[in-house]
Amino acid sequence: MDYFHKRRKMIDARYSVIEERLKNVKRIIAISSGKGGVGKSMVASTISLILAKKYKVGLLDLDFYGPSSHIIINADKKPEEKNGLIPPEINGLKFMSIIYFTEDKPSPLKGKDIINAIVELLAITIWGNLDFLIIDMPPGMGEEVMAIIKFMKRAEFVVVTTPSILAWETVKKLLIFLKNNKCNILGIIENMVREESIKKEIEKSFPYMGSIKFDYDLEKYIGKPSKLLESKFGNEMEKIVSKHFLIAP
Amino acid sequence: MHEWALAEGVIKAAVEKAKERGMEKIEEIDLKIGEMQNIDMDIFRFALSQLMNEFGIRAKINISIEKTKFKCMVCGHEWHFEEFEMGEEEKEMIHFLPESIFSHARCPKCGSQYFEIVEGRGVWITSIRGEK
Repeated sequence: MDYFHKRRKMIDARYSVIEERLKNVKRIIAISSGKGGVGKSMVASTISLILAKKYKVGLLDLDFYGPSSHIIINADKKPEEKNGLIPPEINGLKFMSIIYFTEDKPSPLKGKDIINAIVELLAITIWGNLDFLIIDMPPGMGEEVMAIIKFMKRAEFVVVTTPSILAWETVKKLLIFLKNNKCNILGIIENMVREESIKKEIEKSFPYMGSIKFDYDLEKYIGKPSKLLESKFGNEMEKIVSKHFLIAP
Repeated sequence: MHEWALAEGVIKAAVEKAKERGMEKIEEIDLKIGEMQNIDMDIFRFALSQLMNEFGIRAKINISIEKTKFKCMVCGHEWHFEEFEMGEEEKEMIHFLPESIFSHARCPKCGSQYFEIVEGRGVWITSIRGEK
């Protein structure tokens, strides 16, 4: 009997393998923000590097328009092809990014192309056993956020903001969207704090994970992971990580 | 998509769907594969047969390749994959991540990077036949 011809419906063969690829990943954490320029990639990369000292960690850069994690962690190795793609190990963490396929060229992907690219990456990347998979998300609530909701239902969201009203007003919209879609919000990190903090404002509605002071020297540590971990930014991130990023024994 | 990863997706999806439909034995699977996937058919068929053994399936697999068609969203020109001029390295990157074509190629007529993949992308199960 032919069931699908009757229904005129085709099955995307990639969908069923995504769960398999992630089945040995204990926690999936998406580092997001409604706004660009709040330090998501620095936060995602630093969290990954800190966790990698103690745990098995993967870092997936899903910011297709502006991938930058590879610059922060100085990714100098490429994936290996073996029944899929094995992510290279860089500074103790497994890393995957669109840059392995687009090099330094722009990647002008449209809506359905973004979803297809994410599905493809999730289907071909062999992460193996991981305690944490950290995802560096693009700004906003575009296709990438929808893809996480659809294909990684157990993902937890860490949302990054700055104390600027311009950032927070936009970040709040993402948080409301995540709440409406019953996503697990691990908490908010307030980054680039100079004098005024909006901790009280955030705490009214969402779990506050901690604040990071504006580190004027941070630019110097991009591409130097060990120095990044020793920086003021790295030390403050470490406090947040040790409190909120745990694996139950 | 890599051949083994792709084959795994096909077999898992077929098994899931057959179970969903109460099918006891899968006898035949029809696949449609986009030309852009640039699949090595020998490796792919070998991977499928190995995976079918693992899952205890003995099905005939029919594969058709869908030719790629692109359309420029600026000038409306339509063309095929072979009309792109690109090196082996770029083709390899597209093999793994077909969407990377938007980084490596342009409309051959007007040079725009604003084009769409109309056909020839993805791996689809179009039909499964078997006993209920």
